[in-house]
Amino acid sequence: MIQLTNVYKKFQVGKKEIEALKGVTIHVNKGEIFGVIGYSGAGKSTLLRIMNLLERPTSGNVVVNGENLLDLNDRQLRYSRKKIGVIFQNFNLLSSFNVFDNVAEILRMNRIPKQKIIKKVNDLLELVGLEDKAREYPSQLSGGQKQRVAIARALAMDPEILLCDEATSALDPQTTESILDLLLTINQKMGLTIVLITHEMEVIKKICDRVAVMEKGEVIEQGSVLDIFSRPKRQATKNFIRTVFDEEVPWDIITKIEAYGPCSKILRVSFREDAALDPVLGTIAAQYPITLNILYGSITHIKGTPLGILLLSISGDEEAVSRAIDDLKQKVYHVEIKSEMSAELEVISK
Amino acid sequence: MIQRLLDLTPLFTQSLYETIIMVVFSLVISTIIGVPLGVLLVITRPNHIKPNKWLFYSLNTIINIVRSLPFIILIVAIIPFTEMIVGSAIGIRGAIVPLIVYTAPYIARLTETALLEVDFGVIEAYLAMGASRMQIVFRVLIREARSGILLCLTIALISLIGATAMAGAVGAGGLGDLALRYGYQQWDLPVMMVTVVILIFMVQLIQSLGNWAAKKLKKNT
Repeated sequence: MIQLTNVYKKFQVGKKEIEALKGVTIHVNKGEIFGVIGYSGAGKSTLLRIMNLLERPTSGNVVVNGENLLDLNDRQLRYSRKKIGVIFQNFNLLSSFNVFDNVAEILRMNRIPKQKIIKKVNDLLELVGLEDKAREYPSQLSGGQKQRVAIARALAMDPEILLCDEATSALDPQTTESILDLLLTINQKMGLTIVLITHEMEVIKKICDRVAVMEKGEVIEQGSVLDIFSRPKRQATKNFIRTVFDEEVPWDIITKIEAYGPCSKILRVSFREDAALDPVLGTIAAQYPITLNILYGSITHIKGTPLGILLLSISGDEEAVSRAIDDLKQKVYHVEIKSEMSAELEVISK
Repeated sequence: MIQRLLDLTPLFTQSLYETIIMVVFSLVISTIIGVPLGVLLVITRPNHIKPNKWLFYSLNTIINIVRSLPFIILIVAIIPFTEMIVGSAIGIRGAIVPLIVYTAPYIARLTETALLEVDFGVIEAYLAMGASRMQIVFRVLIREARSGILLCLTIALISLIGATAMAGAVGAGGLGDLALRYGYQQWDLPVMMVTVVILIFMVQLIQSLGNWAAKKLKKNT
């Protein structure tokens, strides 16, 4: 649906040249919710703005819905943009228009007949749950309600894609939740492809199918959200996951664990779906001469799929530990050896 | 004294009428010129919807130059231009040209300020929805700034009344002319006082009306 290939973007700031995007390649499938996560300055906003050419890339290709946007002239680009809805962090509603007119204005600009507009706007307001607010002005609405108006407006031209630029960042957690639910409904009901950028892992966890992690203008990791959560590779990704699973072990506990046996390791084990229910750990602990100790455990839903994460310490003689780990790898989704005890301690003492 | 003022009533109404004619004509034409210039000043600036460095900087410079001249000097300085346009540099016709040259750039500047108040995010939202530049100017920019523009026209109108009084100096007629001839040259204090009261009353009325209308238009915040 959206294919960005090797996209570079340079900005001239005074005499300095800033590279906001350094060769980003991203593919968004039809009908999915694709998340882009990164800290501020990672280039995610620029990336989103390139998807409808509000920002032109310095080099690279932007293909949306089979159309290379860079080949289009002004008029064709405007036509294509109508099929790409956008919502923003600051809502960007017209303050001099009431809710109804805010949604209706873009339809009027496109010379849709009046009767059709009334029906369309009322349907949209019902979809976003604001049918009783049609005559109110944006200043009379809460942040969540404003974003709902913005969503209704973005859907007015029946787009196939919805871009969300930090759409929930200005909202409180509860409102964020309800807006995310709305986006999920739209995605499932209308088959809309959604791309959203955020700095909150909660948002990714709740509604995204796939995610790209950005750092310093590059996509450092991308894949299904479940995969990224179960086996993050890069430090930035791990930091984001830590905002959802706080799986750090205090070092004084690590010191105590070390006393247990000649070979101690910390394992990060992820379980998926029904594996979370099997008595895997009990079996292994009974089978091998080892000590297992649970340091941290949590189960969460990633877009409805349960994912469990356990931090274990495992101690015993080297042979038994490595056989137990191999066995464990067969039975659960993913096992990562976080570190050898001593190595971790060394890092800490430094 | 009251009897004398009553005798002079036709003079006051005549002067008031002349002032209103001058003000209304100049305001309408200055608005027709000034508001589009203000729009151009906004949309041609770098990173706006129709960036044009050359046009932006030339407009900016010309407006600055005209705005740096005091009105009384401007009247004299553009006499040849005035004569070329309306065929005479005196009387009401002769005053309207300098009044427009004076007011249009002022309105352009004030409009610019009002338009810059519109959050660029909103403009960007409509760009992203595929609105054309024309639609953005007329249906987003001007519409969102209309209350500000109305206030700026109120300010321009009041400064225009002041300038009209000065135009009395070139024999344009109006309240300024009356105050000059009776009040200054003949030291006729009552006439001067009445003129001042009329001016104060006009300005108060216009400002209140402007504020009221702007408030009505401004439904936000």
